[in-house]
Amino acid sequence: MNLPEALSGLWAYWLLIALMMVGLYIVIARDNLIKKVMGLNIFQAAAILFYVTMAKVEGGTAPIVPGGADHGAGHGGHDVLYSNPLPHVLMLTAIVVGVATTALALALAVRIHGDYGTSEEDEAVAYDMGHG
Amino acid sequence: MSSETTILVALLLPVLAAVSCLLLGGGLGRPNLRDIATPLIGACTFAAVWRLAGDVLAGGRPELVLFEVLPGVELAFQVEPLGLLYGLVASGLWIVTSIYAAGYMRGHHEHNQTRFFTFFALSIFAALGIAFASNLFTLFLFYEALTLLTFPLVTHHGTDEARRAGRVYLGILLFTSISFLLFAILFTWRLTGTIEFTPGGILGADTSSGMVTVLLLLYAFGAGKAALMPFHRWLPNAMVAPTPVSALLHAVAVVKAGVFAILKIVIYVFGLDLLAGSNASLSLMTIASFTMLMAAVIAIRQDNLKARLAYSTISQLAYIVLGAAMATATGVLAGGMQIAMHAAGKITLFFCAGAILVATHKKKVSELDGLGRTMPWTFAAFFLASLSIIGIPPLGGSWAKWYLMVGALETGFAWQAAFLGVLMLSSLLAVFYLMPVVVRGFFAASPSAGPSGSAGGDRKPLAEAPFLCVAPLVLTALLSLALFFVAGDLVTLLNF
Amino acid sequence: MIEKILVLEVVLPLLAAPVCVLVRHPRFCRLFSLGVVAACFAIAVALLVEVRGGGVISYELGGWPPPLGIEYRVSTVNAYLLALVTSMALVVFSFDSRGGPPRVPEERRHLYYAVFLLCISGLLGIAITGDAFNIFVFLEISSLSSYILVSLGGHRRAVMSAFYYLVMGTIGGVFFMLGVGLLYQATGTLNLRDIAARLEPSLDDRGTVLALALLVVGISIKLAVFPLHHWLPNAYSFAPPKVSAFLAATATKVSFYLLAMVLFTIFGAPFVFEELRLQAVLLPLSILAMFLASGAAIFQTDLRRLLAYSSVAQIGYMTLGLSTANATGLAGGLVHLFNHAVMKGGLFLVVACLLYRVGSVHIDALAGIGRRMPLTSAALVIGGLSLIGVPGTVGFVSKWYLVSGVLERGWTAAAVLILLSSLLALVYVGKVVEVLYFRKPAETQPIDHVREAPLGMLAPAWVLAAAAVFFGLTTDWTYGVAREAAELLLAGGI
Repeated sequence: MNLPEALSGLWAYWLLIALMMVGLYIVIARDNLIKKVMGLNIFQAAAILFYVTMAKVEGGTAPIVPGGADHGAGHGGHDVLYSNPLPHVLMLTAIVVGVATTALALALAVRIHGDYGTSEEDEAVAYDMGHG
Repeated sequence: MSSETTILVALLLPVLAAVSCLLLGGGLGRPNLRDIATPLIGACTFAAVWRLAGDVLAGGRPELVLFEVLPGVELAFQVEPLGLLYGLVASGLWIVTSIYAAGYMRGHHEHNQTRFFTFFALSIFAALGIAFASNLFTLFLFYEALTLLTFPLVTHHGTDEARRAGRVYLGILLFTSISFLLFAILFTWRLTGTIEFTPGGILGADTSSGMVTVLLLLYAFGAGKAALMPFHRWLPNAMVAPTPVSALLHAVAVVKAGVFAILKIVIYVFGLDLLAGSNASLSLMTIASFTMLMAAVIAIRQDNLKARLAYSTISQLAYIVLGAAMATATGVLAGGMQIAMHAAGKITLFFCAGAILVATHKKKVSELDGLGRTMPWTFAAFFLASLSIIGIPPLGGSWAKWYLMVGALETGFAWQAAFLGVLMLSSLLAVFYLMPVVVRGFFAASPSAGPSGSAGGDRKPLAEAPFLCVAPLVLTALLSLALFFVAGDLVTLLNF
Repeated sequence: MIEKILVLEVVLPLLAAPVCVLVRHPRFCRLFSLGVVAACFAIAVALLVEVRGGGVISYELGGWPPPLGIEYRVSTVNAYLLALVTSMALVVFSFDSRGGPPRVPEERRHLYYAVFLLCISGLLGIAITGDAFNIFVFLEISSLSSYILVSLGGHRRAVMSAFYYLVMGTIGGVFFMLGVGLLYQATGTLNLRDIAARLEPSLDDRGTVLALALLVVGISIKLAVFPLHHWLPNAYSFAPPKVSAFLAATATKVSFYLLAMVLFTIFGAPFVFEELRLQAVLLPLSILAMFLASGAAIFQTDLRRLLAYSSVAQIGYMTLGLSTANATGLAGGLVHLFNHAVMKGGLFLVVACLLYRVGSVHIDALAGIGRRMPLTSAALVIGGLSLIGVPGTVGFVSKWYLVSGVLERGWTAAAVLILLSSLLALVYVGKVVEVLYFRKPAETQPIDHVREAPLGMLAPAWVLAAAAVFFGLTTDWTYGVAREAAELLLAGGI
């Protein structure tokens, strides 16, 4: 597989990697704790999108079984191509985890603001240096 | 009492002594009882070890297997002649030392006496564990325990100097034991799959000569308590400890643990045949000879009496390593003998140094002028013990030197004569570092006799240390005399 | 029967947490959580006894058979981990910290116990489940609750450390999730045994190699493998002492299991250690950890920080055992999980005792405490000796097998380095012991008021100190089990 092919065939993955790096960069480069949390969110979102991308089947439709009584695909004469539902389900859990993480991170940021009077990491560190 | 229980009793009695010290001295506040209990239990310990001697002389090898620690590695004991000898020396001299220590610690008004006696007893426990160990693991276990248990004794005074010395002590002893000894043990385990002491050795005859050399040196330096140069500095540092510690532990139990381990490893891990067949031992003999001479030269230059004795110990220990390295029956016999002979001699010398300190607060050789006249018993004992260390008949030490020389001639090396020369030179040097003490004591004029000369004229009243200090040193001096006459029994014991 | 109670191992603490939230009575919550942990411990021991010798117990969650449903599966490896976590949790929970963590007011203390129980539930879940994504969920449950626990420390820097820990932990968690996703993409299943059976890893398949890389890096962050360890010293030194003891004894251990499981069960030793040659990275990093982290420990003036850096070094020993990829070395690494848990858990409990009585564990504040708190200090000495690896303690057992394993591999130099590194432990332990016993207390800090720690604190610390000696002399239930687990892992099973 040469480079152009890799770029064109797997463009969604490249996009996700870029998104992920953006998130990671924000986490590392920003001193503001809230911005760090945002970066972390972008980072997580990229991973979630990765799962969703993976689940996509070319030409597939949403995995909803039509006509309630008719169980499963492939029955009743009409073959319907579905996207893989499992990663979507997994991502529900991952989103919940992500929300919990964000909530906790924000709570900690509030606490830090209360203790240090700032939400900037460098200022907090400087404060610690000054006060032991 | 079966021999199995006897081993257990012999091992546990020192622990009992430690507990009773802790209870009587600490909890109940009865220091007098404490100081009576220790020698009594010491005597019981000695009796227990003595009982084992009967079995061993009859050809038995009493064994005690406690439990398996790792698969294939047991905590186990077996009494064989060499270990028995070391056990007898350690437990026997413990009795005398505990009496001496009671006198010394009180005479010198030391603090923390209970802690001192407790750890002292525990150290003897570790020493006996080393003596009776039946495999390298058990040996190593008690070897490390001995290092750690003697640490509080070295740092007893808690001063900056003591703490610094303690650091050097632990640093060197644990450095050598962990990085060399443990490594050698693991390597042996890897090579042979066993670490049991086995007559004839466990290393296969096909072990390459280079491997044998490396292992032998790892073991020899790993047993850092043998104080082979350049890993000897812990011993002079350990002299900050109270004198009874220097006497029993740093002249007998601890340092002998090192050389005993080397002897035992040479006999039961390498096997004399394997060593004699390779030229591995030559390197160790060279190192031992170097240590022997260098330490003796340094000893001559020491003014601090205890430091001088410490360097003398380093030099004398090298005799034992040399005997082990010869890898002949005679060499090993000489090594074993030297363990006993040097123990009796050196403990006397340290007792004397301690007695002088208690009586006069003097530590330096140059301050001893004329003291022999006020402390005749002490200096007479010092004289006898010195003769034994130098190796002059009719004192015990002479036999060890004699067998060592015979052993040197027996080795097949081309330059056996060189080692003979080293031995003679070393004895000569011993004269130079020990005799000045006696000469100054008896023949030099007392400095205080001059201008401030009291009404008593030149006959001064005796000013010996307390009786509890003097009696033990006279006893051990006589012991080194007696050892000359019972050397035959030692030969029988060690000729296995 | 045993299959039925297996699931309780995770469910009990998971359900007990909301009970604590509802009941709100701190004293009840304390005793209740202790009871729950004791029950978990009993179950873990029963499981270990049952599976020893090669047995496997499996439970299908909700009656769905794998690979569709989630399978809980216990072999010697998992049972060993379960027993480790629950035993440590039991000891730590029985430690009476007299008033809980400093930042938590009395009326909210029930929440503290709830979070603690959730953390345990997460850790046990990781060890017990046979489903890759389920692992991720439990990993996050345990991580989230440990961030909270760390943030409860008294000092303001505790919150900062918790935040940093959260950022690092989340990145690690996402990496792990991505790795699992790639594995799912390659095999179409999430059941660990199915993945292992279907995955045919090769260097040409970039997806698989990437999955391995993501999983290893993700877990390494949670495990604090050098140089990804920066969150650990802060987290351990500012967390409430009881939490430090618990996390040091359990959290990193479970991550280690996860790493071993990924490397040996999923990817298989032949691929990881022969084709990919991971040991070329893992071995140097382990040795660097041993030396640099121990070196850093020497220069610490706060006892907790010193112990935390020592933990990083000890993790180096574990990963070193992993990189030997032979039964002896791996068993050495695995047995070190338990052994290190015992000694480090014990040492952190000692720290808790000292903090309670002395008020500080700065090295200068501890001068002369050896006489005021003889039993606490003695426990510290035993733990310290164990860290050095003195024979007769658990540390020696670990070192014995690690060095044996390394020698079996023919890495003589590494063997020497392991032994040399334990001398660094000697230096930092010696430093503390010397201060405790032989330094005179400063005039400005009188210690006359300091008394021995209360029994409720001393007893758990001593249980672990005694265990450090006991399991240093009898190794059937530590090394014996670890050996079985190592052989199982090397054969690709769990």
